[in-house]
Parts: sequence; C-alpha cells; structure tokens
Amino acid sequence: MEMTPPVSQPTNRLMHVWRIQIKLWRRSTREFLQELYQHPTTLVGGIVVIIYILAAIFAPQITSYDPAKGNLRERLKPPAFLEGGMAKYPLGTDDQGRDLLTRIIYGARISLLVGSISVGISVLIGTALGALAGFYRGKLDALISRFADLLMAFPFLIFAIGVMAFIGSGINNLIMALIFKGWVEFFRVVRGEMMSEKTQEYVEAAKVTGRGNLAIIVWEILPNIVQSIFVLATLRIGEMIIMEASLSFLGLGIPPHIPAWGSMVASGRNFMLAAWWVSTLPGITLMILVLSINLFAEGLRDILDPRLKTIA
Amino acid sequence: MKAIKILERALVSIPIMFGVAIIVFLFMRLTPGDPVDIMMGRGGVVSAGEIEKLRSEFHLDQPLYVQLWIFLKDAVRGNLGFSYVQKTPVTTLIKDRLPATIELAVAALIFSLIIAIPIGILSAVRQNSLFDRLSMAGAFLGISMPGFWMGIILILIFAVKLHWLPVQGRIDFDARLAQGSGFFILDSLLTGNRAALVSTLRHLILPGITLGAMEAAVVARVLRSSMLETFRSDYVVLARAKGAPEWSVVIKHALRNALIPTVTVIGLQVGVLLGGNMIVETVFSWPGLGRMVVSAIFARDFPLVQGSVMVYALTFVLANLVVDVLYTYLNPKITL
Repeated sequence: MEMTPPVSQPTNRLMHVWRIQIKLWRRSTREFLQELYQHPTTLVGGIVVIIYILAAIFAPQITSYDPAKGNLRERLKPPAFLEGGMAKYPLGTDDQGRDLLTRIIYGARISLLVGSISVGISVLIGTALGALAGFYRGKLDALISRFADLLMAFPFLIFAIGVMAFIGSGINNLIMALIFKGWVEFFRVVRGEMMSEKTQEYVEAAKVTGRGNLAIIVWEILPNIVQSIFVLATLRIGEMIIMEASLSFLGLGIPPHIPAWGSMVASGRNFMLAAWWVSTLPGITLMILVLSINLFAEGLRDILDPRLKTIA
Repeated sequence: MKAIKILERALVSIPIMFGVAIIVFLFMRLTPGDPVDIMMGRGGVVSAGEIEKLRSEFHLDQPLYVQLWIFLKDAVRGNLGFSYVQKTPVTTLIKDRLPATIELAVAALIFSLIIAIPIGILSAVRQNSLFDRLSMAGAFLGISMPGFWMGIILILIFAVKLHWLPVQGRIDFDARLAQGSGFFILDSLLTGNRAALVSTLRHLILPGITLGAMEAAVVARVLRSSMLETFRSDYVVLARAKGAPEWSVVIKHALRNALIPTVTVIGLQVGVLLGGNMIVETVFSWPGLGRMVVSAIFARDFPLVQGSVMVYALTFVLANLVVDVLYTYLNPKITL
C-alpha cells in the first residue's frame, strides 16, 4: 500500500487530525460527565453557576422593575419574609426605592461579565506570550519574564487600584486593570509547560517531518496544555469576581446607578441599623456565586488534572 | 556565608524597586490632567506668574527623563514628593499612617496563624473525621467570601447587635494614650496604660479577623494537604517504626517538612494582606495607609498615590525576601 507523504497533503492531514480530535473529545466528554456524577458537590456548583448565568441573561424577563430608577416613596422597605415586607418587593428596596431583587439579578450581569472577560483575555494574552517565550526563549523570553516579575512585585488589589486611579473608573477600565496583572500567572504556567513539552519526542518528530515552528506550537503542543489552562482559568474566575466587587465597593468600579454587588454593599452601609438587607443580601448572592464557581472549579481540577493542586 | 547570600538576594531586589518606581512614575505622567490645575484647585483666579513658578518648583517644565531622574534621586533619599492636596510631604503622611497599617497586618497574621496551624494539623491527623470535614468546609467558605462583606457582617453581629466589640477606629475616644511610636500596643505597654491597651486590643479583633480570615483558610488547606503527604513518606514510617511517640512524629517530623510549602503560601499571602488592607481599613474606618490611598485616589492626589504604591511594593519585596530566607532555615537542602 502506497503511503502518501504527509507533507504533500496538508489539508488531508489537518482533517485527519481534527477527526481524531473530535472523536477524543466526544469520548472524553462522556467520561467527564460520568466522573461529574460521582462528585456531587462539583455538580451542584456547576448547576448553581448555570442558574446565575441564565438569570443574568433573562433578567428583563424575570423582573419587571427598572434596576436604575426607583420609587422614593417606597425606600428601605424590608424583604417579604420580615414584618413590614410586601410580596411585591421580595427582597425589599434600597435607599432609592429600587427593588433589591431586580438589582441583584442585574448585578449578576456585571460580575459574570467582568469575571469571564477579564479571565478570558488574561488567558489569551498569557498563553500567547507564554507559548512564544517558552518556545523561542532568548531575548524575547528574558524581556517578557522580567516585566512579569516586575508586575508580580505589586499585590493584585493595589495594582488594580493604582491603575484605576490613573486611567479612571468605569467598567472597561476595571477590566483592563484586572487583565494588566492577571495575564502573568497564565504566562508563567504556559511558559513552563511549553519549555518542558518542547523536549518531548513528538515535537522532535514534528520537526523532522518539516512542520513550521508556529504550527508545532499551535497544533501539537498547545492541545496538550489546554486542559491545565482551562482548569486554572476557572479557578481564577471567582477571584476576579471578588476583585471586581471589592473595587466597586471602594467606589472605583461601576457608576453607582448601574447595579453591581460591590457598590450595593457599599451604599447599604449607611443604613445598616435601619435596613440591614441592603448590604447583606447582595453580599450573600456574591458569596454563593463565588462558592459555586470554586466548588465547580476545584472539582474540575480534581477530575482533570490533580497535579495542579500545588499551584492553586 | 549565609549572610553574604542574604545580602546578594537583597541587592537583587533593588533593580526590581527601580523598575517599580519607573512604572509608577510613568503612570502618573501619562495621566490626562495638568497637575498644576489640580494643585490650584477649582476656585479663584491665579496669575500666570504663579503658575509658572509652581511649574518650575515641581520641575514640570523639564523634559520627561529629567523629571524621572529627579524623582528617582529624591526617592532614594527618602523624599517621595509633595502632596498637592494635603500640602504636606508625602513621606510625612505615610510615616503617620504606617504604624496603624502595620499593627493591623501583624494582628491579622497572628490571628490567621493561630487559627490555621492547629486546624491544619488536627485535620490532617484526624483525616475525614467530622472535625476535618467541618474545618475544610469552613476554609472553603473563607476563600469564597469577599473580605468587605465579611467585615460588614461581623460589625453587624458583634458590634451593632451584640455590642460586644467596637464598631470602628483604633481606640476609644476617651482613652488617653501618649503619642509615642505610633504603635498603640507598644505605647500603652511602655506607659503602663492598661485601659488603652485593652481598648486597642478590642479594636484590633474584628478587623484582624476579617483580614486574616482568608489567609487562615488558604494556610489551613495547604498545611493539611502537605501534612497528609508527609505522613506517607518514608521518614515518617521510620519514625513510627522506631517507636517514637505519635506527637513527636507529627510535630517534629511531619510538621517540619509540611511547613515548607505552607511558608511559601504564607509568603504569597502577604501580598493579599497588603492589598486587603485597603478594603478592611475602609470598612472599619481604620486610620491606616490603605484608607489614605483610597481617599488620595478620589482626590486625584497623584504624588500621594505614587508614594504609597511604592511603599507597598517595597514592603512586598521585603516580605518575599524574608520568606525566602525562612525557607532555607526550614529546609537546609535549599540554598538561597
């Protein structure tokens, strides 16, 4: 049987690789779901996160109140389960007369968006730079690594606060501030993995068959690293969400009329004696979300890549 | 020999500090907005001559690299600039507030270690028991809880509803404490002022617990898992075979080695302590560096923000250095 030399039929080979890849994915997805059933806490975490996401997406359908405008005559009403509360404000109202449940649900949008976007872009930047630095080494690696070390000299919150002091507040700047330091961790992990994978035999084999460096990085090495990156990313989302809430709490994040859990807790501080629910309930919601994300992410790590236990 | 190595390590930190200074400086200069306008404030009319004088006084009319050079030169001598808004040298402002922050951070560290180390050890020794499960669940909760919210809840429960602990500040209004080092505990001990000491300690509890909680959670988990690992290792088996008492096995053999990754984590957490400072100081109205930075940001007081960020970064680098040195004492095989 005649063997077609791989180099002369690149498209065929690509499709072949992808077909195998998809088959592996389908089988591993089935295995993954089976594993998931054996870890009930992880499953619960995942389900709660999905509930939050759905609630955030379908917020206008769930509540009919306007999260930004309130009825001043109805300010600081208690939640329905306390005396004096009414069913039409299930979680009470804040100091502007806005329904708290509505604001909490809309607040999920900000938290989820900021959390996922900042982690997502950090992953992209960190992976790209880490792959290049780890593979090519040399001056590029030295430069970026020094810069990363420099960034690591700042504690995260202080750096984010400092950045936002200079570039201003608002959701875009908030995300940028989080990304500015967030990419470093992914850079380090990918760089380390790239350096160790480079010495493996399959890379040697790929080079011998004449594949270009970039192709090797993207199609051969990265698929092996992707799993650890994914697990690390999910572990960090919770942290980013807390960062965003902390920055909003300090007043550096989102403008106050846009509902964000951090700023809601901050503004409710003034009414702690009279209306404790304004601060407490958004905080509980935030905690449950981060808890669920962490439960899910840790379970994911235990299933997929237990050796990450030392990093995270 | 070791002292030389430590010195070496310390010297390496210097270029890092320079890099930090440059980044901070660049950030400040790249901000839109004329510093002189900020200094003048919003009201009144100022003559052009006044503006020119101020500009040259603050070297704002020089090219960027000259400004950078002046800034670095001053910083090395301990002059971190002049606050536009508060009309005081930045170094003075920082020196006034630093003891409060340090006291809080140390209190948080002590609280977290007092809680985390026994829990970590006991959970490992009684693995999978009820105690283990409960404490790990608690630790998990601790890392998922946002610091500012925990502080508010603690205030609500212990200060507002139960009236056990004070709501805010460092010390009671009527406590007469002589001005000394700025470290209230030290001052009250030195002057024999028992009321002030008690008051200071009471005020330290809630903020200390809030700041230390997350660190305690992380440390407890890491300690537990590294102790479980050491339990499986050869030297522990040998110690047990030798007939050593169980407590000796746990403390002298297993703990010593389990502390290694734990100390690393504690070192990493120093950064969180420094950062979390701002949140906790704001929640508890603690008169420290963190709260000053936050209000400086809102007041657009850039020299103050710049100086404080540099102090934070310096502390961070120093703390990492200390952790690295501690490392070598715990495991002689690791050299600096």
